[in-house]
Amino acid sequence: MARPLDWQLATVAGVHDETDAVRSFSLTLPAWTGHRPGQHVDLRLTSEDGYSVERSYSIASEPERAPEVDITVERIPDGEVSPFLHDVVVPGDRLEVRGPIGGYFVWEASQPGPLLLVGGGSGVVPLMAMIRHRARAGAMNPTRLLLSSRGPGEIIYREELDRLSATQDGFQVAHTLTREQPPGWSGYARRIDEAMLSEVLDPLGREARVYICGPTALVESAANALVRIGLAPSQIRTERFGPTGT
Amino acid sequence: MATDVTTHDLMLDGNAVAGLLADLFGADVTVVPAKCATCGEVNAMGALHAYVRAPGSVLRCPICGAVMMRIVQTDRATRIEMRGIAYFRFERSGG
Repeated sequence: MARPLDWQLATVAGVHDETDAVRSFSLTLPAWTGHRPGQHVDLRLTSEDGYSVERSYSIASEPERAPEVDITVERIPDGEVSPFLHDVVVPGDRLEVRGPIGGYFVWEASQPGPLLLVGGGSGVVPLMAMIRHRARAGAMNPTRLLLSSRGPGEIIYREELDRLSATQDGFQVAHTLTREQPPGWSGYARRIDEAMLSEVLDPLGREARVYICGPTALVESAANALVRIGLAPSQIRTERFGPTGT
Repeated sequence: MATDVTTHDLMLDGNAVAGLLADLFGADVTVVPAKCATCGEVNAMGALHAYVRAPGSVLRCPICGAVMMRIVQTDRATRIEMRGIAYFRFERSGG
């Protein structure tokens, strides 16, 4: 059996646009050992002259989808990897992948209790794996997602999140749009702050388990605000992503 | 994406080097507690602050900011310096 750290050749089974700049890729892995929601894969591109570059992408899909996994990639215009994935890769292509990787930023349906997920931009990706897993597993634990996006066209997984939050199984989503709001917008319209977190957290209670993923500035401010509200740092898990030249 | 990124904006966390570390240690280390040799605080490797834009990667203590681990990869070898770590604690599997 392949170990998680062995590189394997994944086949691109499907490509799906989430927003103008964000695209999901379904990968079929020949020797997938299964993942836990929140884990990621490493992806390696090697050019003909041997130059190779690796990037880490969170898995967006639930473990129940194995041996297929989805990654969701934001196109960074001056990046080395994401423009290739967006502009060149089509179904049937093969990509070098290894994983799953990471056990820190992980939530599984076997962990009971209220859950607060806080995401900024494509930071929603590992949180989506948790949300999809929660739905597939039939978990009923109160769960709220607070998702910060720049504008209405940049909300990743918007339709699926709306659909899942309408199923009455305890999952709710709150959006904030920081730069541009459509007419009649009823969600938040500012950066995530203590008052907003307090409102979203309130129905879940102070014992909620929290996962925050996004740019470092968002992660830091949200985590610090939650500690000021009264949560213990041990309740909060964070994953930062930055402008890593992807 | 801002172009005037500061060092702080470039900070990631230990999860960013999880694949590399797992390759070297033979197991996932993001959940492994590591004690900072400078301030004595214990944090999971995944919670350490990571700076990966340098010619190598640097992991710092999220509490005091001290360098805990430096990783440099060349064509021939990977060099890890970890004077800043007092200890790791690896759970025995099944134990």
